[in-house]
Amino acid sequence: MERWWMPLPEDVSTFGPRIDSLFFTILWITGIVFVLVEVLLVYYIVKYRAREGRRAIFSHGNTRLEIIWTTATFAIVFFLGLASQPLWYAVKEPARFPRGGLELNVTAKQFEWHVTYPGLDGRFGTADDFEKRNELDIPVGVPVHITLRAEDVIHSFFLPQFRLKQDAVPGMEIPAWFQATKTGEFVLGCAELCGLGHYRMRGRVIVQSQEDFQRWVQQQTQVRTADAAR
Amino acid sequence: MSTIALPHEAQAHALHHDDRSFVRKYIFSTDHKIIGIQFLFMSLFFLLVGGLLAMTMRWQLGWPGRPIPGGAILGDAKAPGGVMLPEFYNALVTMHGTFMIFFAIMPLLVGVFANYLIPLQIGAPDMAFPRLNMASFWTAVPAGLMMLASFLVAGGSAGAGWTSYAPLSAVPEYSGVHTGQQLWCLSLIILGFSSLMGAVNYITTVINMRAPGMTWFRLPLPVWALFITAILILLAIPILTGALILLYFDQTIGTTFFLPANGGQPLLWQHMFWFFGHPEVYILILPAMGFVSEILANGARKPIFGYPAMVGAMIAIAFLGWIVWGHHMFMSGMNPVLGGYFMVSTLVIAVPSAIKTFNWLGTLWGGSIRFHVPMLNALAFVSMFVIGGLSGMFVAATPVDIPLHDTYFVVAHIHYVLFGGSLFGIFAAITYWFPKMFGRMMNETLGKIHFFLTFIFFNLTFFPMHLLGIAGMMRRLYDPTQYPHLQPVQPMNEFVSVNAFLLGATQLIFVFNFLWSLFKGRKAETNPWHANTLEWAAPSPPPHGNFEVTPIVYRGPYEYSSPDSPVDYLPQDRPPLERPSPAPTLAPAGN
Amino acid sequence: MSQAAALTYPDRRPMPGMGVYNMKLGMWVFLLSEVMFFSGLIGSYVILRFAHPTAYPPPGTVLNVPLTAFNTFVLICSSVSMVKAFAAIEAGDQKGLRTFLLATTALGILFLSIQGVEYTKLASEGMLPMASLYHAVGRHGGTAVLGGPLYGATFYTLTGFHGAHVTIGVLCLIFTSIRAFRGRYTQENHGGIEIMGLYWHFVDLVWIILFTIVYLI
Repeated sequence: MERWWMPLPEDVSTFGPRIDSLFFTILWITGIVFVLVEVLLVYYIVKYRAREGRRAIFSHGNTRLEIIWTTATFAIVFFLGLASQPLWYAVKEPARFPRGGLELNVTAKQFEWHVTYPGLDGRFGTADDFEKRNELDIPVGVPVHITLRAEDVIHSFFLPQFRLKQDAVPGMEIPAWFQATKTGEFVLGCAELCGLGHYRMRGRVIVQSQEDFQRWVQQQTQVRTADAAR
Repeated sequence: MSTIALPHEAQAHALHHDDRSFVRKYIFSTDHKIIGIQFLFMSLFFLLVGGLLAMTMRWQLGWPGRPIPGGAILGDAKAPGGVMLPEFYNALVTMHGTFMIFFAIMPLLVGVFANYLIPLQIGAPDMAFPRLNMASFWTAVPAGLMMLASFLVAGGSAGAGWTSYAPLSAVPEYSGVHTGQQLWCLSLIILGFSSLMGAVNYITTVINMRAPGMTWFRLPLPVWALFITAILILLAIPILTGALILLYFDQTIGTTFFLPANGGQPLLWQHMFWFFGHPEVYILILPAMGFVSEILANGARKPIFGYPAMVGAMIAIAFLGWIVWGHHMFMSGMNPVLGGYFMVSTLVIAVPSAIKTFNWLGTLWGGSIRFHVPMLNALAFVSMFVIGGLSGMFVAATPVDIPLHDTYFVVAHIHYVLFGGSLFGIFAAITYWFPKMFGRMMNETLGKIHFFLTFIFFNLTFFPMHLLGIAGMMRRLYDPTQYPHLQPVQPMNEFVSVNAFLLGATQLIFVFNFLWSLFKGRKAETNPWHANTLEWAAPSPPPHGNFEVTPIVYRGPYEYSSPDSPVDYLPQDRPPLERPSPAPTLAPAGN
Repeated sequence: MSQAAALTYPDRRPMPGMGVYNMKLGMWVFLLSEVMFFSGLIGSYVILRFAHPTAYPPPGTVLNVPLTAFNTFVLICSSVSMVKAFAAIEAGDQKGLRTFLLATTALGILFLSIQGVEYTKLASEGMLPMASLYHAVGRHGGTAVLGGPLYGATFYTLTGFHGAHVTIGVLCLIFTSIRAFRGRYTQENHGGIEIMGLYWHFVDLVWIILFTIVYLI
């Protein structure tokens, strides 16, 4: 953890650092406002505490001040909206998803994640498709496109280290994407209460180098064909 | 029901001899003050229930899998050997939210204070419809009992979260809960009728029953806040009722409104729920803002800073509340373009919130601040509401919401608003109006001890939840240690739990102070806080019918330290003395 | 509850307010809430129908539009007679009040009866709100037209909640009529008739919207 005071999980997706940097921007802005307000509050509490022989100022307000703080807040909010919009679309708007990469189907059901791989031919619905339960194997440095489905109730596909979250809703097919920047093992969790096993609906994300991943796909396909032959 | 003949008849009774029977006077009473007090006892009870549920949850989160001390009484269906089961944990999550929102905070803010304060602060003898008012309370009670009883039915109480997302809430096979989920719907439908009766009453009363001279811009801010809140209740509750009815049909007769099987829409539930739910959030904070404004002005001995801006900000918040519901659904698969729109409308809410905060600071500026217990709680409201409001900026910004959505960051945010905001507002209001309600003062020392301990333990409980959320801890999680990325922050969960218990224990001081002061508190004068509003012109406690003569209002409610008065307050109903100019010149600036 | 008394304080000072007596204002406020209730239901109908158009057969294939058009006419007539009842008491005509209140009540009951007949017919054809029992067969040129279960569910929910409102209205009308026959309403004091009328017209208005979107579109 580079920032010991902020327990953000490791950040291993391409858009993750942009989300974190927006987080810190907001932290700065809100932090300044917070300190300003609380310091003023404490200062006034101390300075204007009741004392003998002093009467409060009889004032009903100040229109200029009202205009100033209304405009200032508007400006900050406007800036935040402006800063957020492109990043939001980059992560969530299917039309702006990067082209190419790996396509996966993820189906959530109580209380498991089923990941379907298209196999070597890269197409779903063919004989070399294979499925993994609670395990999401992906290559590093390649966009991963996921089509999310749910069989029973609403689940939420949550990859804390990739800064990605997307609900899986029964009856809907929801696209999501991310791209890993680092190999290793990470967390897949469910973020929407989905029943009594919600807390154990977790999986692993295994990010491998592209070569290792290709080998792994081949191996899995062979296992699949061997199983089919048996 | 005659509203006008009442004061004379009723006061004759109250002042000379009140010959109503005990039942008519204290149980099936049509007196708005008794109904307010009935709501007070009911909602404080449910506040304790909700708190106990929360602490039970915190035990599991702090020490997952360890038997709860004395947990054996829960029985094998909920906690075999004292170790709670995940289904019981889900029930706790659901019922904590439900009780706190619908049966504690909402009735505390509205049921208690709209009933108690509106007629007194506008100078009316009672509500517009006293019998409807009585019906409102006696509809809320069975709803609460039904919700409470759902713990005892087979399968336990509802367990799909207080938001009750379908299909989980609609299909018993998915949640493992049969009857409980249906009772949850029925109870809230019944409670909806209670809220509706109240809202019709409050709105009519504020519009039609104000004392002579009580113009809109001389209304005390609690009345403004409660009036706006009543409008929100009036318009939001029927949406929830409609959604609950559809959900109840899905549960019982086999329709598929929210089930995808026949083309039903799970997201429709979320849209309906949050279309109600976001105005509901403001129902839960606006009245507290009103109380705090009143108490800050009183404590600072100054007119409220920017009265018209305060009213305008509340109206703006109430209006914006209707067009931001989608921000609860950023991750729901809703069209991202809609998400972009909802982000902007949500961020705009920061503007009226900031206006209110800065005006509260402006009220303190140049004041002569008295730190009575209500004032301390009101100051805590301001400082904690700021945190709750600012943490809202993180989750309003859609990209940052992606990792934070449905995590403990949101839990921290809502508790800073609803506990740090609403509940401190409620503590301020109860301690402030207690002398009027019961004719006795609450103990000041116990009040201060309770305040400081609550303030400390509140922050120690809820501030770390921001960090837990940032670390990626999901909401409604029975056992965080299941996740490798949450194991390092488990000590923080223990820390939160310990402080949650201390926070809970601190509330016993309040309970003791409340009950002790009811019987043994120092007798209160008519106007112990030297306040301006009309309720302080009536005796403590006011008799049935409130005022001996209908008060006449000459000025705004916050003319503290006015040069026209030898003392540092100037009640609204005190006729202007030795001044040739008529009353309107004393109206607050901006009127 | 005299109208004059509600507008002034005992000392005859005018009261701030809308210039509308409490019961009337209360009814208006309550009706706003009812608007939201039906908006919620109608909104969900629209969303469900757009999301799943195949569940909804073309208008007139399953539902008997001429029968319901007649029923709509009945309800509009009842609104007219409610207006007549109010006009009668405004003019101090007790007999007119009683006659038109009874007429309104009778028309309300007729509306509910026709709706009952319609429901029975539809249910016997298999159009039920329960998804598992639903098998609607329309009468479109001899070929069966099937809607989906959502069609049945939304149809009964919308028209049923309206029917419940009519039922409550009829009960209130009966209560109001009894009071009218006991001479409780006078030319000066007839707020009860006015707020009864407000509610009844509202229910009528809702029906016209429902008839349009459920039967005609």
